[in-house]
Amino acid sequence: MTRATTAGTPSAGWTPDQPIVRLVDVHKAFGTFEVLKGISFDVRKGEVICIIGPSGSGKSTLIRCVNALVPVTAGTIQVEGITVTDPRLDKLALRRKVGMVFQQYNLFPHKTALQNVMMAPLHVLGQDRREVEARARALLAKVRLAGKEGAYPGELSGGQQQRVAIARSLAMRPDVMLFDEVTAALDPETVKEVLVTIRELAEEGMTCMLVTHEMNFARDVADHIYFTDRGVIVEHGPPATFFASAQDARTRRFLSQVL
Amino acid sequence: MSAPAPSDLPPSGRPGDLPVLLPFALADARPAARLRPAHLWLLCGLAVIALPAWAQGGAAVLSPLEVVIKWAPLLLTGFAFNVAISLMAMAIGTAAGVGLGLAMLAEGRVLPRVAWCVTQVFRNLPWLVLLFFVMFLVPFQVTVFGVRVPLPDWLKATFGFSLPVMANVAEIVRGAVRSVPDTQWEAAESLAFSRRQTMWRIILPQCAKRMLPPWMNVYALIAMATVQASIVGVTEMLTLTAQVHAAEGGRPELFAPLYGFALLCFFLYCYPIDRFTAALERRFETR
Repeated sequence: MTRATTAGTPSAGWTPDQPIVRLVDVHKAFGTFEVLKGISFDVRKGEVICIIGPSGSGKSTLIRCVNALVPVTAGTIQVEGITVTDPRLDKLALRRKVGMVFQQYNLFPHKTALQNVMMAPLHVLGQDRREVEARARALLAKVRLAGKEGAYPGELSGGQQQRVAIARSLAMRPDVMLFDEVTAALDPETVKEVLVTIRELAEEGMTCMLVTHEMNFARDVADHIYFTDRGVIVEHGPPATFFASAQDARTRRFLSQVL
Repeated sequence: MSAPAPSDLPPSGRPGDLPVLLPFALADARPAARLRPAHLWLLCGLAVIALPAWAQGGAAVLSPLEVVIKWAPLLLTGFAFNVAISLMAMAIGTAAGVGLGLAMLAEGRVLPRVAWCVTQVFRNLPWLVLLFFVMFLVPFQVTVFGVRVPLPDWLKATFGFSLPVMANVAEIVRGAVRSVPDTQWEAAESLAFSRRQTMWRIILPQCAKRMLPPWMNVYALIAMATVQASIVGVTEMLTLTAQVHAAEGGRPELFAPLYGFALLCFFLYCYPIDRFTAALERRFETR
């Protein structure tokens, strides 16, 4: 693959030809309620995978396990050879490699768009302010928000806020990006501007894991689609085969409802 | 930390002042009531109406108004002392309270519980009781590496007032931090901020605005409460007012003007703070 690679030193024992994210038999229970009942799949570097499925099927929980926001009950997750499920995990080291974008944007409301993007590289990575600012401005321009550097989140539309959130995450130069239903809270008109940004990112070779309800987008941009229901992967495949010839009855019913 | 025997007492600093314990004669100290703006308006109004009547009294003695004017510089010095005590108590209490509030929010089991208990104790004791405890439990001087450091009673009173400030500020901090949505913590976590960085760089700056009005409320309360120091013998405005009253022969008609003056000073100081706080609250609500 001749895709642009981003910075970040892989941990010992991991080489780029191995899966960048690897889930093996992941279980998660909240109390007695089992949300994930044994999920296994690999994501290769530069791949874009979409997780789709009905509400409450554990999609968001699954993606949150990857950057250790949610601890798993059983199973193993590895990101670039770092074992996320290890109790001695250095969470901060993991999260420097994995960026995440949320449904509700979660920008820092007391900081401007530019400051939101600059904060983590400045204070977490301790990088040079001038270099960080130049990169932040470039990133805001890349998500088509040049001129909005000084705006506070409250002064931006939902779509604009979400693009700032994407830029904020990219400023850490992650190797994997997680998108958790990032368009679910947006107006239909602004969904497109966010999807365009994600598509560009995917085309540049960023490894992306998306939880999404945008089927057409998933068909367009994904290399592989996973359909989850009640905590298990019911069906998966490349978009062409997945959408055209789903075998499982639940998948077919879901697709007939959303397409 | 036992108090030295009376024979060890140093000579008093100011001429005319009796050694340490004598100011505890409580006879001429007024009990400090909780003063609310409405009460103050009423009393000020009464004083204003009554003053001219008294002013027309006998020519041999000073009229109440003349007495107030004569003693105003001294009484205002006392008031400045009240303000100084309240500001210092607020500074000490705020610093300690932020620490205590953060301790309540810390990870782990022991520290948050201990901090919670300390907060509850100091929040739910009458301020005057706390004041008495500090006055009597803290010695009037401490010896540090052979150097005697005197602890004058006004300083002890300041510590006494800073305890309830600490507990109330701790609650304000805890409440404000809790009011920030969890999603802010999640966002910071996913950007690899440590817990401490998240608190200081992301959560607390967002809370500062929210904390300001209740914090100023605590200040207005502590400023009014400083008159309680007179009960434990600190020479602040109310003590001076009682002394002035005695020096003028304890004439009954001087009660209202002299104490009315004290009320006016506190009201003119606290009421603007109260209004400003309310204005801030309104502004933050609409945001």
